[in-house]
Formats: sequence, C-alpha cells, structure tokens
Amino acid sequence: MGKIVIDSNRCKSCYLCVSTCPKGLIKKSSKTNRLGDYLVEFDDKNNECIGCAMCAKRCPDMAITEVYR
Amino acid sequence: MQQVFSIPKSMKKGFRYTFCPGCDHGVAIRLVAELLDELNLQDKAICSTSIGCSVFLYDFLDVDCVEAPHGRACASATGVKRARPDKFVFTYQGDGDFASIGLAESMHTALRGECVSAVCINNTTYGMTGGQLGPTTIMGQVTTTSPYGRNKEYYGYPIRIAEQIALCDGTAYSARVALDTIPHINQAKQALKKAFEVQLQGLGFGFVEILSSCPTNWHMTPQEAHIRVKEEMMPVFPLGVYKDVTTEKGE
Repeated sequence: MGKIVIDSNRCKSCYLCVSTCPKGLIKKSSKTNRLGDYLVEFDDKNNECIGCAMCAKRCPDMAITEVYR
Repeated sequence: MQQVFSIPKSMKKGFRYTFCPGCDHGVAIRLVAELLDELNLQDKAICSTSIGCSVFLYDFLDVDCVEAPHGRACASATGVKRARPDKFVFTYQGDGDFASIGLAESMHTALRGECVSAVCINNTTYGMTGGQLGPTTIMGQVTTTSPYGRNKEYYGYPIRIAEQIALCDGTAYSARVALDTIPHINQAKQALKKAFEVQLQGLGFGFVEILSSCPTNWHMTPQEAHIRVKEEMMPVFPLGVYKDVTTEKGE
C-alpha cells in the first residue's frame, strides 16, 4: 500500500506519469491548474499503489513531490 | 508509512521548472541534485553553466554557479578547479554547447585530465533557439536549417561525443546513458555518480552524455519523443561505458 502527493502547480500535462504507472492508477483529470493545463489525478480506490516511485522518477517537472510506501 | 521519494535538498525552495512539457532536462537536473545530496557536496559544489536550455540550471539548483561564455564551461571550470582544488566543480551543458561551439575547450579539458565532471545533454538539436541542425543531429533528421533532412553531401556526419572523449588520455570516465525509461534513468544516475566520484578521487576528467528528448522541436508528444530516443537515436548513439580507469586498474 502506497501513496503519492501531486503538486498541481508544477504539472504541465505531459502525461508521462499516466503511461509509466504499472498499475494505471494515475489518470487524466478534467480539472485545470492556474495555467490552464489539464491535470492528472491519483485514483487508488482499491489500495493498489505499491509505492514504486516510478511516476516520481519519470515526472520531468517534479510535480510528484512525495511518495510513501 | 515510509517516505521513499522527496524533492532533493539541493533544489531551491519553491522552484518551478520553466522547461517545455515533457523535457528531460528536469530529470537530469533532479539526478544531479540527488547525487549532490547523497555525496554531501552541496556546500562545496561550484557549477560552470553553459548557454542553451541547460543554463536554467542555476534557477533551480541551490549551488554556486559561474556563467561561462558560450561553449567555454569546461574552460572556466578548469580555472575554478585550479584556483580552488578543494571544491567540487562540474559543468552542465547541452550538445551544441559542449560538442560544437565548445568542442576545443571540452576536448582539451579532457586531454589535460582536469579533475572536473561534465554532464552533456544530447537532444540532437539546438533546443533554445528553435531547433536548428546541431553537431549531433542524426542523418535524415529534419530541422529548421536542414529542411530536407541531414545528408552527408551538405552537412556531413554527427559526432559521437562519449567515444571521442573516451579517446582522450586524461579522461577517467566516459559513458553514454539515456532517460527514456525508468531502468535507463537508474543507469544514468549510476553513471553520473561514477563521473562525480572520479573527480573526488582525483583520477581525471569525468564525462556523461545523456540522450534526452526535445518534444517541442521534434514536433512530437513526450511519449513519441521517448520512442524516438529508443528507435532512432540509440542505434546511432549506443549506450554504454566507453572508458573507466577504475575498472582498468582492477583488471
């Protein structure tokens, strides 16, 4: 069981994390940040996240600021 | 729960990258910052920065920086290291800066065996100025100054930097890594660590070439850009360690 924290003001909507998450837990969202970018959201209803931190290593903007395992 | 990832302490507080979406510069700077934390170098590190997108490093990394003229980062790093041998000196450059405009300075820094570390980001184009043909532009690649693709008759061949630097006798470590997948990012961190350690051990010039993507100037999505790194760039620029004096001594 793991958890990630997304800083929405750093996200630039490249969606690299969406294709990187091995469990497919990061999804495109309909919300935008103050720059008008469509954000990503962490959707882990069944506690599938294993805290592998691959999304955080992939994110080019360090928008995934914390990963817990 | 245990925290397994956090923002490196060497990053400035409240920074926000100004790179294009999907640009791998952000990952490369994070790897450098993590290593400065791990090797406890933040207080004694001096960075010699370049011209190009890589110059923004000093907006994000909380270390002392000296701004060099275009391409001369290795030359000014030499001066800094000779004046302050106790400091950890590294450069962070793009391919146009390191291998085209500053090729003489970079090559001679390696030939002199200066104890500095150099990081070169290779994205096969001049990113900041709008995607012109650079020294590493691969054959057939369309850029704004090679609208029909790079051909050997008019433009010649691309330079393989890591191999060229490995030929220099003063080089202690030379490797080429990529940032397209998570295993490659982990390998890139190991290579950067090695390039930093050869300087700390006083063995010579440490160099890492990082294959990076430029989605904006390649006119691709970030996902497509990483596929291009794998399918088009890696056959021309094979990954690997081209020189490592620490293992040669052990054999």
